Amino acid sequence: MADKLVVRHLSAYFHAVRALKDISLSFPENHVTAIIGPSGCGKSTLVRCLNRMHEVVAGARAEGEVLLDGEDIYAPGVDPVQIRRRIGMVFQKPTPFPAMSIEDNVAAGLSLNGLRISRAERDRIVEKSLRQAALWDEVKDRLRRPGASLSGGQQQRLCVARALAVEPEVLLMDEPCSALDPISTARIEELLLELKSSYTIVIVTHNMQQAARTADLTAFMYQGDLIEFGETRQIFTNPERRETEDYITGRFG
Amino acid sequence: MDTNPQPQHTNRQYEEDLRGLRQGLLKMGGLVERQIAEAVESLVERDSDHARAVIKNDEEVNRMDVANDEQCIRLLALHQPTASDLRFITTGLKITTDLERIGDNAVNICERALELNEVPQLKPYVDLPRMAEIAQSMVKDSIDAFMRNDVVLAQNVIERDDEVDHLNYQIYRELLSYMAEDPHTIGPATRLLFVSKYLERIADHATNIAEMVMFMVHGKVVRHMDKKQK
Repeated sequence: MADKLVVRHLSAYFHAVRALKDISLSFPENHVTAIIGPSGCGKSTLVRCLNRMHEVVAGARAEGEVLLDGEDIYAPGVDPVQIRRRIGMVFQKPTPFPAMSIEDNVAAGLSLNGLRISRAERDRIVEKSLRQAALWDEVKDRLRRPGASLSGGQQQRLCVARALAVEPEVLLMDEPCSALDPISTARIEELLLELKSSYTIVIVTHNMQQAARTADLTAFMYQGDLIEFGETRQIFTNPERRETEDYITGRFG
Repeated sequence: MDTNPQPQHTNRQYEEDLRGLRQGLLKMGGLVERQIAEAVESLVERDSDHARAVIKNDEEVNRMDVANDEQCIRLLALHQPTASDLRFITTGLKITTDLERIGDNAVNICERALELNEVPQLKPYVDLPRMAEIAQSMVKDSIDAFMRNDVVLAQNVIERDDEVDHLNYQIYRELLSYMAEDPHTIGPATRLLFVSKYLERIADHATNIAEMVMFMVHGKVVRHMDKKQK
C-alpha cells in the first residue's frame, strides 16, 4: 500500500508546552487509520498538524515534516489553503453554516476556494457530495432549507458532504460521532467504509469500539508520544506494548 | 510485554466479573479432577456404589459448565473485552467445554466399571491406574497453567500427552493378546479397551487446555501443529 501522508519527526508546541514529541508514522492510501488515546495525549493536535490547522491558534507551532504524496506541506511557499483543500476535515460538533441552505452549505467550500463554476456543475457537485455522504435521499426535496433544520446526525453528514465537495484526497475526522446517537454513528461508520475506496481517512476517536470497527490501522498515543501503531486487529487482540494493553482493556492506573 | 502483574480495571464490576469466571473455572477443574480419580477408583476397587455416585455428580459438572458459559457471555456482552482480557475470556469459553467433556469421560469410565463389576476380573489393573494418574495430573497442571499464565507448565502438559498415547497402545496390545487366546475375554477386554480410550481422550482435552493457555499468553495459535513447531 502506498503512503499518502508521511509524518516525520513531528513535534508540536503550544507556547512552551510540547504537545507532540517527535512523532513519525505513515497513513496509507485508501485505508482508514484511527488515532486513540486518553484526553490530552495529542491526537487532535496530530490531525490538526496534518492539514496545517494547528498553527492557526496563537502561540502554536510545529516542527518536522508532513509529506503529502512525498511533498512537505510545511515547506516554505506552500499555501495552507491549498493544503486544506486537498486534506479536508470534519470536526467533533457538526458545524454547518446555520443560516445557509443545505445546498449552499455543501457548495460553500467551492466558492471559498474561489472556483467559478456553472450552475449545472454546482448542482452536480452538490448532489454527488450529498450522495457520497449518504444524505441525498433524506434532503433532496428540501435543499433550500437552512442547514440548521437538520438533525445532529444529518448535520454531521452535511459537514462530510461539504468536506467532500472540494474533492479532497485525505479526510481528517476529529471525533466525528461523539455528539451523535448510535444510529447516526452507525451511518457515519458505514460511510467511512464506503469512502475509503476513494479517500485516505484519518479518524480521531475516544470510542475504542469505533476504532476497532472502522479502522484498518490504529495508532495509540499517550502524553504526546506515539506508543504503538499497527493493524487494528493486532492492536485489539494482542498489542505489543504494555501501555496500549492497559489503555484498551480499561486499566487506567 | 513486561511480566509485572497488571493493574486492576478501573471498572470494578468488570474486575469482579473476570474474577468470577476465574473462580468458576478453578472450581470446575478441581471437581473434574476428582471425578477422574474416583471413576478409576470405582473401577479398580470394583465398587459399583461409588461408580453410581460419580455418575450422579456429573450433574454438578454440567451445572458449572453452564454457569461458566453464561459468565463468559455476560463479560463479552457487557464489557467489550480486548487484548489479554479478550484472550482470557475466549480461552475460558473453550476450557469449560473441555472440562465438561472430561467429566463425561469420567462418567463413561464409571458406566464401563458397572458392567465390568458384574463379571469376574479379567486381570489386575496396572497400566490403567498409571495412565489415569498421568491424565489426571495433566488436567490439574493445565488448569494451574491457565490460572498462572504459565506457558512452561502448559508446554510440559502437551509433552506428557505422548506418554498417555504410548500407554494406550500398550494396553491395546495386551488386551488383544487376551482376546486372541480366549474369546470369552472379549466382553470385559473391549470394555477395558474403552476405558483406556476414555483416559486417552481426557489427556487430549488437557492438551487442548494447555494449547489454549499458550494462545492466551502469547496470542499465537499452537493447535494443530507438530510438536516441534510449538
